[in-house]
Amino acid sequence: MSKPRVATASLAGCFGCHMSILDIDDRILQLIELVEFDKSPIDDYKGFTQRCAIGLIEGGCCNAENVHVLQDFRKNCDILIALGECAICGGIPAMRNTIPLRECLAEAYLDGPTVHNPSRRIPDDPEIPRLLNRVYPCHEVVKMDYYLQGCPPPADAIWAALTALLTNRPIQLPYELLKYD
Amino acid sequence: MSELATGVREICDRSGGDRARMMDIVQEVQARFGCVSGEALNLIAAATGVHRVEVEGVVSFYTFLSGRPKGRMVIRVCDDIVDEMSGMRPVAEAFSQELGIPFGGTTPDGQFSLEYTACIGLSDQAPAALINDVPVTYLSSDKAREIVAALRRHGDPRKLVHRLGDGNNAHPLVRSMVHNSIRSKGPIVFAPFEDGSALRKAIAMSPVEVIRDIKTSRLRGRGGAGFPTGMKWEFVRAAEGEPKYVFCNADEGEPGTFKDRVILTEYSGLLFEGMTIAGYAMGAQLGILYLRGEYAYLRLLLEHFLDERRRRGLLGRNILGRAGFDFDIRIQMGAGAYVCGEETSLISSCEGRRGDPKNRPPFPAQRGYLGKPTAVNNVETFCCVARILDQSPGWFAQIGSRQSAGTKLFSVSGDVASPGVYEYPFGVRLRQVLEEVGAESPIAVQIGGPSGQMVGPADFDRTICYDDLATGGSMIVFGPERDPVYIAKRFLDFFAHESCGYCTPCRVGTELMRKKLAAILDGRGEADDLPYLEDLARTVKFTSRCGLGQTAPNPVLSTLKNFRDAFERRCPARQEGRRAAFDLAAATAEAESIVLEQAAR
Repeated sequence: MSKPRVATASLAGCFGCHMSILDIDDRILQLIELVEFDKSPIDDYKGFTQRCAIGLIEGGCCNAENVHVLQDFRKNCDILIALGECAICGGIPAMRNTIPLRECLAEAYLDGPTVHNPSRRIPDDPEIPRLLNRVYPCHEVVKMDYYLQGCPPPADAIWAALTALLTNRPIQLPYELLKYD
Repeated sequence: MSELATGVREICDRSGGDRARMMDIVQEVQARFGCVSGEALNLIAAATGVHRVEVEGVVSFYTFLSGRPKGRMVIRVCDDIVDEMSGMRPVAEAFSQELGIPFGGTTPDGQFSLEYTACIGLSDQAPAALINDVPVTYLSSDKAREIVAALRRHGDPRKLVHRLGDGNNAHPLVRSMVHNSIRSKGPIVFAPFEDGSALRKAIAMSPVEVIRDIKTSRLRGRGGAGFPTGMKWEFVRAAEGEPKYVFCNADEGEPGTFKDRVILTEYSGLLFEGMTIAGYAMGAQLGILYLRGEYAYLRLLLEHFLDERRRRGLLGRNILGRAGFDFDIRIQMGAGAYVCGEETSLISSCEGRRGDPKNRPPFPAQRGYLGKPTAVNNVETFCCVARILDQSPGWFAQIGSRQSAGTKLFSVSGDVASPGVYEYPFGVRLRQVLEEVGAESPIAVQIGGPSGQMVGPADFDRTICYDDLATGGSMIVFGPERDPVYIAKRFLDFFAHESCGYCTPCRVGTELMRKKLAAILDGRGEADDLPYLEDLARTVKFTSRCGLGQTAPNPVLSTLKNFRDAFERRCPARQEGRRAAFDLAAATAEAESIVLEQAAR
């Protein structure tokens, strides 16, 4: 039987959750015994090669591209896991949600004290994905199956979740892996 | 000193600078100066010795209080579901058009403000509105236009009343167009009563014997929760701390409820007598009637009847000549906050604070108003008390059903031929009530208002009593063309607006439920929304701090239970796990328009 495939993506996140995936250290050798990585920044596959068992999503959706990637993951993965605060709630990027997009862009590209922008244009190249009116947590865009909290979730929590899913056992997350105070 | 400074000083002095009378102070300041301005906040804070932020907290909490100047005439259109069903929308539009301002606005000449408000206790005469204190009923768009024209002419809302209502609505101190609409009278509340008759019998007994009689009668609280009244009184009597207080909760804000309006208009004697008996039984000397701001038009009448009772020795010192039996009643005006109908919020409000609920325990019976033992009872409960003493506990107990003695007033509104107040013995079948009020093929009935439950035809043979369909009295009937999901959403609008915001489950949970219902109505529902809603509703119910949050999910839970089809129809399974509620085009619209504007430059 072929190994189950795992895909990962970083949307509006900081790659911290991906760092945390790598932080499972040498267990990554055990992991690749268990799974095959598909579309992921880790192996730099740009698209899905086949259907995946698990998709790990870091970050929420701040632009149209994030939405397309997330919908693509939903279409190609049996199970989607929201990995970390930004995927679950929007996180730091969602701090802009209380400010109208127009004001955010003006501050960033026109009026901010350190802005140097002689053209007085907000970047609008069609190649640049359009920003959404606010940052959406993943579950508002597609159905998510599981949520792993933390900023980032500890490597041990990611390890516990993945191995539990792959070996079809109930997940055991001790309190130490869930508390953040 | 400025006029404001002198005025505020005078108002604060009148209440002895007592911070517990903050509600009176800010309401008087607003009445005299149009609003409670920033400067007024400072002056009040200085005069009462509290921080400015506390005064500001009170002013910002209550709908009828304002920190900014409003129009000389504030038109508050009731946007309750029953009003909406009775044609409130065109009325609202007419007001808005005629005044040339949107809702929430004030005309440039400072004459008019236009607002929506929650149920004002006139669902039987919907659509209705309040113009300052004056209720205007049975509105239509034509009437709305006439009202604006007339007010522009004479500027006096009281002059809008041409034909007076029945009974005391026509009393010189009321002069209101409101009708009582008493549709059926029972033996307990809506029956003739001679002032003093019950009190005389009460003081012939010892206070303990009075409480024993109330217990024997098996009277339970009429507000909806049904706590045994005698037991509550016993707790207060036994509680440590003096003085003790008797509170009457006349803040009926549950949408679709208006029975207290009728009692206050026509049967206040019964109510005051009940409160006085409570004072005797518990050894209290002060009773407070917390009157909702919407019923301010009844205040002078009630004050008049209180004076009358004082004159006749039924209130005041040495009542009915009995040395040492002193009891008086004061009216505390509310200012448009539904949550103040919750007893601990009501007490907070009377203490001159925001109407925030308090933690229980300690219960008000142990530590209530100003930390002293306090019995808070419903208007109707006090009426029952007076009748029990006047007749006998046994007589009372044999009316109604086994677990629910006596009668209950129902405020019936919605799709019925004869909306109004009905007195029925407990244990009556819902079907019988529906027939007698003239409900034609109803599909749903909201029993006990939004915080009660929504039942369908399968439940019409159930009985109305504490053990089956419990109710505080509101009964809103919905005909075949109404939509249960929409109704639930409207009720959640109400709760989200009225949540005091103190605890997160209620503040956030009501908003989440409201949004989800809106999405479902908008065609963006999906299959797993229903378990999500149920789960969320249960969380809010079990984790909220007071009765508001604990009952706010009821419209969701009971419509989900009894009208599942209506939800399921709208919540199909979606393709590829995409959320129907997410609309990419809408989410990027703002960015697109920014880019387009830039390109055009």
